[in-house]
Amino acid sequence: MKAIISPRTLRGMLPALSLAILLGAIWWLNPRAISPLGFQLMFNLAVPIALATVAQMCVMAVNDLDLGIGAYIGLVVCIAATWLNETPVLGVLALAATLVIYMALGALIHLRNLPSIVVTLGMSFVWLGLAILVLPTPGGKSPEWLSGLMKLKTPLIPFPILAAIAIALASHFLLMRTAHGAILRGAGGNPKAIERAGWSLLKVKVAMFGLAGFFAMLAGLALIGLTTSAQANVAERYTLLTIAGVILGGGSFVGGRISPIGAVIGALTLTLTAPFLTFLRITPDWQIGAQGAILIIVLAFRAFIDRAEARR
Amino acid sequence: MADGGGDIIRLDGVEKHFGAVTAVAGVDVACRSGEALGLVGHNGAGKSTLMQILAGTLAPDRGTITLAGRDVSAGYSVAEAQKYGVRCVFQELSLCPNLTVAENARVLHPSLRGIGWRGRAGRLIISKLDEIFAGHDIAAGDIVGDLTIARRQMVEIARAFTVTDTPLRLVILDEPTSSLDSVVTGQLLDHVRRFVSGGGSVVIISHLLGEILSSASRIAVMRDGKVVAERPAGEFDRNSLVAAMGSVVKAAHSADKSGRDMRTSASPRVRARPAGQAGGDELLAYPGEVVGLAGLAGHGQTAALLKLFRAAGKSGGEAQVDGDVAFVAGDRQTDGIFPLWSIAQNISIGSIRALARMTLIDADAEREMARNWQERIAIRTPDMDNNIFTLSGGNQQKALFARALATNARTVLMDDPMRGVDIGTKQEVYGIIRDEAAKGRTFVWYTTEIDELVHADHVYVFRDGHIVAGFPRAEATEENILHASFREGS
Repeated sequence: MKAIISPRTLRGMLPALSLAILLGAIWWLNPRAISPLGFQLMFNLAVPIALATVAQMCVMAVNDLDLGIGAYIGLVVCIAATWLNETPVLGVLALAATLVIYMALGALIHLRNLPSIVVTLGMSFVWLGLAILVLPTPGGKSPEWLSGLMKLKTPLIPFPILAAIAIALASHFLLMRTAHGAILRGAGGNPKAIERAGWSLLKVKVAMFGLAGFFAMLAGLALIGLTTSAQANVAERYTLLTIAGVILGGGSFVGGRISPIGAVIGALTLTLTAPFLTFLRITPDWQIGAQGAILIIVLAFRAFIDRAEARR
Repeated sequence: MADGGGDIIRLDGVEKHFGAVTAVAGVDVACRSGEALGLVGHNGAGKSTLMQILAGTLAPDRGTITLAGRDVSAGYSVAEAQKYGVRCVFQELSLCPNLTVAENARVLHPSLRGIGWRGRAGRLIISKLDEIFAGHDIAAGDIVGDLTIARRQMVEIARAFTVTDTPLRLVILDEPTSSLDSVVTGQLLDHVRRFVSGGGSVVIISHLLGEILSSASRIAVMRDGKVVAERPAGEFDRNSLVAAMGSVVKAAHSADKSGRDMRTSASPRVRARPAGQAGGDELLAYPGEVVGLAGLAGHGQTAALLKLFRAAGKSGGEAQVDGDVAFVAGDRQTDGIFPLWSIAQNISIGSIRALARMTLIDADAEREMARNWQERIAIRTPDMDNNIFTLSGGNQQKALFARALATNARTVLMDDPMRGVDIGTKQEVYGIIRDEAAKGRTFVWYTTEIDELVHADHVYVFRDGHIVAGFPRAEATEENILHASFREGS
């Protein structure tokens, strides 16, 4: 109580602080980037990444990891660019079937007590294989309505920012404010306690993997709306990017500590690193490494805050 | 004793086995409204297992459960128990540390939902906290993980007493005061009395006998999975409770009382004082001595062993150990065994340095060592190259003993190694320990079974992380150990 800002508040503000610092740095490097058009361009890919990060967060909330999320998004992109465009009914059915598979994964991991990283890593190859079967060579075409939605021009605040805010608020409401969200998160914090209170952990796992599949599917649809044509491995980088986004946003690998708003901010921060590094004239070859460096800096700072709190 | 009339829940002939271990061996117990049942017993007497059966988190292997006169043995579950108003405060905290106090209240009450549930959950838990622990200083929005252990325990207790749409009939409190100070404990016991006089029922388990004597109306004493005494609380006092908890190994004990006294000669090989303990007994162990660490589970014995393990070979510090040490883990599956390795490899890993020739493991020497130990401690297997899991639990533990004994370590630390080991194997291992001690090895042996302490030359009793008593063999009677393990007064 002596410090003006308690470590807990500071930890909660860290994601927003990182984003603000990055934006400040970009403004300093290139003031013209901080404009509606600049934001529209810089945050172009933010919507699919934010959705995918929220999906990953759902899985991480119950102490699991989804290493197949990038491949799954690739499959959704391929289905959307082919079946959903040409025979919408088949496309919708195919997407619904993948959602059912996602829920079944949650059930399998819970019932057989399997490590989620093994199951989802295995599934990543299944997703990729299915995607190649659906669309063997790059191509296809995004449904008109999806491209139209993603290219929406909104006055004053660019569409990607509005969409990110909507995603953050919706997932925050779903997981942090509803009565069932408390149970879902509690299952990550102390599964035994949830079970002893009479809740089914199986249902929790199925619900969380189902939510993850749903958000990942939205991410795939948003992505094809932006890229307009598809390719099976278009979202390969998303797997690790989403994990980084969740961590950057204040979540942890175990213990059910998640923050949907933080995760979306984390996703935005990671999206911004690319233009930031370009403004710094760092070649794209180095950008992944530089993203890692940013992650390490933020996490080190968080560890520092945690330690300060422990000492108090 | 009106039969069945006021029974909220009753268990008849309930049994529960975990593998070869019998946790509860045929217990009849009833909880009546307007009554607080105190339950006491030493480690492993089966109290916590019995409470889990009452709360519906464990299904008994045999016996009937009667809820308000209705036989529910078949489908008794947590949900059923909750619906009928049976709640349990478990020994290890069952709150979700990542949720707020209000959200944790919601976890217990499915009816707290819809618009405004957070507010209702918060008011529910805070008003109950106000009622039980006046001046508690906890807010509904606090994250449980940020609270101190004592506050978490207060939240958990208050949560168990909250009522929404289902009635509350029975609250089971398993060691509820273990991290509460005396003021808060007093508040809790007052609330228990109020709740009981209002027609509720409480089961209270505590190692504080004074607490049990002052708050329970009836006391049941458990030993070896059975209820061995059950009387109105007024008919017990501290001494008769302790006497009832003890078992009947006294005959065997006195026969072996001659003992050896190693303490006259030489200097101790091991010397340590538990962290945070200023005065009192020091842990000493002499060459050739078997030192037993006793007391209730989780009172600092394992921490003391780990401290000795870390101190080995270093000078200075609070603990001194001469020579090497070896450690025999109690929790075989997590701390002891390499599950993918053979029996021979599991034994030789402890002395791999001695077996190495030019950084490579000498396979012949390894095989020889394994064969040698197979003979010496009779590990029952056709082939030492079989996977370790082909052995029974007792033989796995023998292999871990062989690992420790095969080293050059002069001191062997044992962390309750006989958990879940059958009686025959135990006798064999006791023999090995005696032989090795006679050859000059020192054993520091933490055990949760008082019977095993007859093999120790000197016994230290731990309580709250401190050594509270040290007994030479002749004085290390079950009664003395129990008295020292349970705190005086309340």
